[in-house]
Amino acid sequence: MGNKQTIFTQEQLDAYQDCTFFTRKEILRLFYRYRDLAPQLVPLDYSASPAVTLPYELIGSMPELKDNPFRQRIAEVFSEHGDGNMTLDDFLDMFSVLSEMAPRDLKAYYAFKIYDYNNDDYICKSDLEKTVNKLTRNELTPEEVSLVCEKVIYEADVDNDGKLSLADFQHMIVRAPDFLRYLVSLITTTEQEKTLPQRTNI
Amino acid sequence: MSQPPSITLHVPEGTESDGQELSPDNERALHTSFHQLILEQSSLIEAGLELELQERSRGKALQPQPEQGEEHPSYSSASLQILASMPSRTIGRSLGAVISQYCNRTARLRSRPPLQQLCRAARPSLRQYGLDTDPAGATLQEKRRLLVKELLSLSPSQCSHMLLTMPLSLAEKRILRGAPWGSVAGSSPTALPVLLSQGCRGLWYRLLSLLRTAQPWHYALKQIGGRFGSSVLSYFLFLKTLLMLNFFSFFILLAFVVVVQAVYPSAPVSPQPFTGLELLTGAGSFTHSLLYYGYYSNVTLNDPCSSSPKGSECPLTAPPLPYNLPLAYLFSVGVSFLVTCILLVYSVSHSFRESVGSSTGVLAIKVFCAWDFKVMQKRSVKLQCQNICTQLKELLVEQRCRSRSQSRLQCLGHCLVVLLAWLLALGSASGCVLALHRFSEHMHTELQAQGSDRWQQEAVLLVLPLVVSLLNALMPHLYNLLAMWEKQDSPVTQVSVAIVRNLILKMMVLSLLCYQWLSRSVICSTEECWETCVGQDLYRFTVMDFIFTLLDTLFGELIWRLILEKRLKTKQRPEFDIARNVLELMYGQTLTWLGILFAPLLPAVQMLKLLLLFYIKKTSLMRNCQSPSKPWQASRMSTVFITLLCFPSFLGAAAFLSYTIWSVQPSETCGPFRGLETIYKSGKRWVLVLEKSNPNITWFAWVYQHLLENAGLQFFMSVGLIAVIYFNIQVVRGRQKVICLLQEQIANEGQDKVFLIQKLHSVYEQRQRRS
Repeated sequence: MGNKQTIFTQEQLDAYQDCTFFTRKEILRLFYRYRDLAPQLVPLDYSASPAVTLPYELIGSMPELKDNPFRQRIAEVFSEHGDGNMTLDDFLDMFSVLSEMAPRDLKAYYAFKIYDYNNDDYICKSDLEKTVNKLTRNELTPEEVSLVCEKVIYEADVDNDGKLSLADFQHMIVRAPDFLRYLVSLITTTEQEKTLPQRTNI
Repeated sequence: MSQPPSITLHVPEGTESDGQELSPDNERALHTSFHQLILEQSSLIEAGLELELQERSRGKALQPQPEQGEEHPSYSSASLQILASMPSRTIGRSLGAVISQYCNRTARLRSRPPLQQLCRAARPSLRQYGLDTDPAGATLQEKRRLLVKELLSLSPSQCSHMLLTMPLSLAEKRILRGAPWGSVAGSSPTALPVLLSQGCRGLWYRLLSLLRTAQPWHYALKQIGGRFGSSVLSYFLFLKTLLMLNFFSFFILLAFVVVVQAVYPSAPVSPQPFTGLELLTGAGSFTHSLLYYGYYSNVTLNDPCSSSPKGSECPLTAPPLPYNLPLAYLFSVGVSFLVTCILLVYSVSHSFRESVGSSTGVLAIKVFCAWDFKVMQKRSVKLQCQNICTQLKELLVEQRCRSRSQSRLQCLGHCLVVLLAWLLALGSASGCVLALHRFSEHMHTELQAQGSDRWQQEAVLLVLPLVVSLLNALMPHLYNLLAMWEKQDSPVTQVSVAIVRNLILKMMVLSLLCYQWLSRSVICSTEECWETCVGQDLYRFTVMDFIFTLLDTLFGELIWRLILEKRLKTKQRPEFDIARNVLELMYGQTLTWLGILFAPLLPAVQMLKLLLLFYIKKTSLMRNCQSPSKPWQASRMSTVFITLLCFPSFLGAAAFLSYTIWSVQPSETCGPFRGLETIYKSGKRWVLVLEKSNPNITWFAWVYQHLLENAGLQFFMSVGLIAVIYFNIQVVRGRQKVICLLQEQIANEGQDKVFLIQKLHSVYEQRQRRS
């Protein structure tokens, strides 16, 4: 390519390429998307690795996440301190895991963390209830929600401890053919991407 | 799966390598493994307590889980030490096992947020338990150093793969990646291999980025996926697959047959003037063109002797690179079919691997894997929520229904209705086929009786394709009505039944047409060059299919939306019927495959058709349609479609082609195989010529005669293939049994562990109380 860019040093770009599933061009595009969220906060020169963190409200306003019911959990899982405020590293990491190239195990691990609302490494019944309510926008009755959660634990709990551990979750994901296809958020495409935020909802 | 804990005691397996000496390095690993075990045990103890409480007092609510990181006050360090020294837990002592745990199972290293956070740390293995007296920072550094050492010991590609797939934060990964070139390793690695590997990696990344930007329609597909989800996207991906298959066939035929014949044109017949009707009928000035079989010559192309009459002496020497067109024609068609077959089988196996799922755990999968993260627009998100809500309700009802037994009368009644519906469907399909046969006979007699007005004749030729396309467009609606009357329980069955019925109709119609073409009883019986006639017929069918798809899009989507909006004043929009559209694509592709032998440029026509179809369908979809409300398992349906493309469609076309090559006599006056008994004989003739010309290659002729043509050998090969398939099936079944047994064992182990821990705890408690 040979395009001269002054945002990152070559080592930084190489490190990003090694540690994420993105190419150089995609990393730069992601940086511009990150910067578009708050141009006054994000400097154009990252060679000194400035410690810039964007608050969750800005991240949650991105078109890819805006209407996703799990956006808060996604931001919390990938943020440095678990509060939803993301640095550029966290941002790149998030979209790298959500890209099409990430392997199933990696996605399963992060999906598990997303659904684990109380961060105790187990998806217990309360976590499940919150998930189901988010999925259905509270349209199921509490009895139905409770019934769904009980059945889910019954189906997926292998070691019989009444909640789902990471192993149970991964074991269940193996049997879900659509998982890889669905846990994908496409962000980097052509230049037409820049017009996407202005599109109104139909 | 919750059962009361069983009382049977399970003797744990023997320890691994107790004899191995502990080195100072291992101590760290030992402590780490202890921490993991202790924490796992403490969480299990909590679970065990909960279970006990549940058992003792049924009515009481479950105790809320205690905060993680707190020490469990009631367990003495003595009992914990006993737990930690359980035989199955001392695997960590073995160096090999520790290294393998570090390298292969990355569970120990997953930490998000980073390791400093204790109260919200990620995994039990990394939580600092009170037994450890080292400060937290030192342990972190030790762990990092160990991990970096392990990474260095791997090859660069393995190292980068490991780095990519480890679930660590990006900041941690950068630290780990930067470490080898820091002060950890004593000596810096030699410059040259490092530079080489870096350079290669840079090149590889550039190639990857080029490939990704070169993907056609990437943005369009993202738009469609974002608005309608993965189900509608599967139709467009299927279209893309078909385009790729056609491209390969077209390229092979173009390179080896069409271009060569264009360079050495055959004797020109008086050219007819080009009128617009040729684009529709494929006749007229297109008849004697590269488009059809009849144009191709049957001689060695660059041989100057070929034009002189047979038997006469030819003073000129043979050309250095003789290009035998009949042979090239036969082989190109064969190779394009072979390439298509390989690509199809690969696609089928690839998508089959992805989509195989069991029927258990449906609800869990629905809850965790049903949300499509691609969908971005607000209304589509809302629709998705509604879909998932409906599906969950349906699943609950289904599970409740299963327990409820249907009355016998109801069951019988339902069976009768289903049987009747199937009879009607099959009967109507057969009726249509018979009517088509009669109609084509009638048209043919009318054609012969008509005057020789060229325009009228050519217009009459279009009637049969029109009728077939009309049938293909109208019958699915009849089947929809039948399905509404049938009222199947699950929507998945409904979709499958609709697909099967439509497929049966299309296959029956195509079989009738193939029979008519090959027997030349009705169509092309008066033509001298019947292959060109068949090619023209197929061209007409392809064009008519395209026109009808356009009309269907226009009426089914655009006009229907206008009616809904303006007349009925509802906000609902027509849905995009994925199954019907995919079957239409398959039908068009089958026509192309049937016609490759008779019209070598037909793949090009099909490619053009698919390109136009993509843009038209996309535009219509964006403006007129809404996302489907029925549940749609995208992976499974994609597998079903590509399998259907492979098995009835491609296999049927291959069978038709094989029969034509093996048994049908080509016409006497045109085409590359004129005068031969069958097309296959040209291959045999070539082998004989080869044997005569070059006595060194007799082995090839021998191989051809005794291996390829030998029926016995082919029989044994088929038997061998069947045996291999049977063996694989048995292996898979055995593995499934093993999985079931192992699952049972896991459950039993969990219960036994809980029981033993409780016993241990009660023993210590009694001891404490006594002292």
